[in-house]
Amino acid sequence: MTARVTVEEVQRVAELAHLKLTAEETPRMLDDLNAILDYVAELNELETSGIAPLAQVSELLDGAGSGVLREDYLQPSLDRTIVLSQAPETDGVFFKVPKVIER
Amino acid sequence: MRKKLLDSASKPVENFVEHPKTLAELRAGILAGTTKAADLAASYYKRIAQKNPRLNVYLSLTKERALAQAARVDDAAAKGDPLGPLAGIPMGIKDVLVMRGAPATAGSKILQGYHPPYDATSVAKLEAAGAVLLGKTNCDEFAMGSSNENSAYGPVRNPVDTERVPGGSSGGSAAAVAANIAVAALGSDTGGSIRQPASFCGVVGVLPTYGRVSRYGLIAYASSLDRVGPFASNVRDAATLLSVIAGHDPHDATSSPAPVPDYAAESDKGADRLRIGVPAEYFAEGLDPEVRACIESGIIALQAAGCTVKPVALPHTKYAVPVYYLIATAEASANLARFDGVRYGPRSKDSATLADMYRHSRDEGFGAEVKRRILLGTYALSAGYYDAYYLKAQQVRRILAEEYLRAFNDVDAIVTPTAPTPAFKLGEKTGDPLAMYLADIYTVTASLAGICGVTVPCGVTKAGLPVGMQVLAKHFNEAAAFRVARAVERG
Repeated sequence: MTARVTVEEVQRVAELAHLKLTAEETPRMLDDLNAILDYVAELNELETSGIAPLAQVSELLDGAGSGVLREDYLQPSLDRTIVLSQAPETDGVFFKVPKVIER
Repeated sequence: MRKKLLDSASKPVENFVEHPKTLAELRAGILAGTTKAADLAASYYKRIAQKNPRLNVYLSLTKERALAQAARVDDAAAKGDPLGPLAGIPMGIKDVLVMRGAPATAGSKILQGYHPPYDATSVAKLEAAGAVLLGKTNCDEFAMGSSNENSAYGPVRNPVDTERVPGGSSGGSAAAVAANIAVAALGSDTGGSIRQPASFCGVVGVLPTYGRVSRYGLIAYASSLDRVGPFASNVRDAATLLSVIAGHDPHDATSSPAPVPDYAAESDKGADRLRIGVPAEYFAEGLDPEVRACIESGIIALQAAGCTVKPVALPHTKYAVPVYYLIATAEASANLARFDGVRYGPRSKDSATLADMYRHSRDEGFGAEVKRRILLGTYALSAGYYDAYYLKAQQVRRILAEEYLRAFNDVDAIVTPTAPTPAFKLGEKTGDPLAMYLADIYTVTASLAGICGVTVPCGVTKAGLPVGMQVLAKHFNEAAAFRVARAVERG
C-alpha cells in the first residue's frame, strides 16, 4: 500500500481519467499523490479481514433507510429541444462529437 | 469566551456581519401586511449590490424569478390566502444545486454557460413553501475544498474578517447568512462542507441524515456521502427549513420514506435530561486552545440546561480522513466522468478525435484540486490497487459507522468542535492539499456514518472569530440535535 507512484503511473491514471497533464503539472501531481497515499497508508494499521465493506449507509438501517425501488412506469422526460440547447454541438436530434472511426 | 459575535471587543477592521431577522419576525410582518415580500427582496438586492463586490458571495442573481415569486406572495397575502412557511423569505442557493434557467457553474469553468432545464427537488420545495430565491452562491469547484479558494470564480471572503476564508465548500451560503445578504441559504455537505463554513462564519448549519433530503438536482460529487442542508442565523429557523426540504422523492432512490417531523416544534422541547456524549478523540492534539475553551464552556451550558454529560469512546476517529479521501475521490472520479464537452459546458476547439476532445475539454475546464481528486480516485479504483485502497476504505467505513451506532446506545447526542481552528487566512493552506484536508478532521466521520448533525455558534476567540460546536445525533434523530443546539445557542 505504500508503493511510490511513478511518473508513468500518473500518466497512465491521467489517461484512464481522460485528463491531460502538462509537463509542469505532472511533477506537482506526483508529489501530491505520493504525500496523500503515504498518509492514507495509516489504514494498514487496522486488521480488516472479515469486515464487510460498507458502500451505502442504508445497509446499516433496517427500514428507516430506503433502497426500495419505485414502480416502473412511463412518464415524460425532459424536452429534447431544451436539453440539446445546452450542448456545444448538435444536429437538432443528436449530440455531435468528432469522428470516432476512421475508414 | 461565549460572547456574541457583534459584542466582540476587538472587531477586525472590515466586518460585514449583520444578523438577519428571524423567520418568525419576517413572517409576522408579511402576514400583517406591514412587510411586503417585494420590498424585502428589493432591500436584499440593494444589500447584495453593496456587499457582494467585496465578499464575492453570489455568482449569479435570479432577480426576475425572485421578484415574480415575491409578487405572488404579496398577492396571496393581500387576498388572505394561506401562506407557505417560508413566504417571502429571501434565500441563497449554493451553485451546485440546479435552478431551471439560472446558470449553474458548480464553481467550475467546465459548466460555464450551462442553464439547467430543471429544478433540484430541494429548490422546488423551498419555492413551493414561498421562499424568494435571490441567486446562486459561490463554492469550491464541484464542492471540493475547505476554504472556497478552489472556486474558478475567486474565493469568498469571510464577512467576520475579509482577510480570512469563509470555509468550504459552501462558503458562499455561509457568508450570505453571516452578512445578511440572505436570510437563509442551502448548501451541500459531503465531508463537512456545510458545517465547517457555518462554524467559520458564525451561523447555524445542518447536516441532515443521509437520505433525509433528496439529492435530485444536486451536481454529484460523492453520491454515497452528498447531502443537501440549510444555513440559518438561528437553530429554530434551520429546523423550519429542514422540515420544508426533507422527505421522500421519487427522483432519488436513496431518499427516505420516513415521515418528516416538525423540527422547529421538536427543537422547542428543551434539552432537559438529554444524555450528551463527549469523545476525547475530538479534543486531542491539533485542537486550537481557544476553540477548546469555547466548546468546554458550551458543554457547561448544556449541563446547566439539564443535560447529563458523559465520555464516549470513538477510538477509530483518526482513520476517518484517509477513509473519506479514498471513498470521496473514487466516487468523484466516476461522477465527474460526465463532464466531457458533449452535453453541456464549453468544448475545447480543434480536437481531431473524440478522445482528444474529451481530454482537452476536461483539461481546460477543471481546476487543480478537481484534477488531483479525480487522479487519486481513479488510482484507488484501478486494477491492482482496488483492494488495498477502495475496499480497505469501505471496510474501515463500516468500523467507523458501527462505532457511532454503539455510542448512540448510551447517549442522545455527541458534541465536538466543528473544526480544529477558527477561520484561517486566505492563502494559508493553498500550497498544501494534505493540510487543507485536515481542516475536515472533525466532520468527515459523521459523513461516512450517514448520521445527522447541527453546527451552532459557541463563542468567539479573542480576535473575534466565531467557533462552532458540532452536535451529532443518530440517523433520523435530527430532533435531538436541534434540541441540544438550541440549548447551546441560549448559552
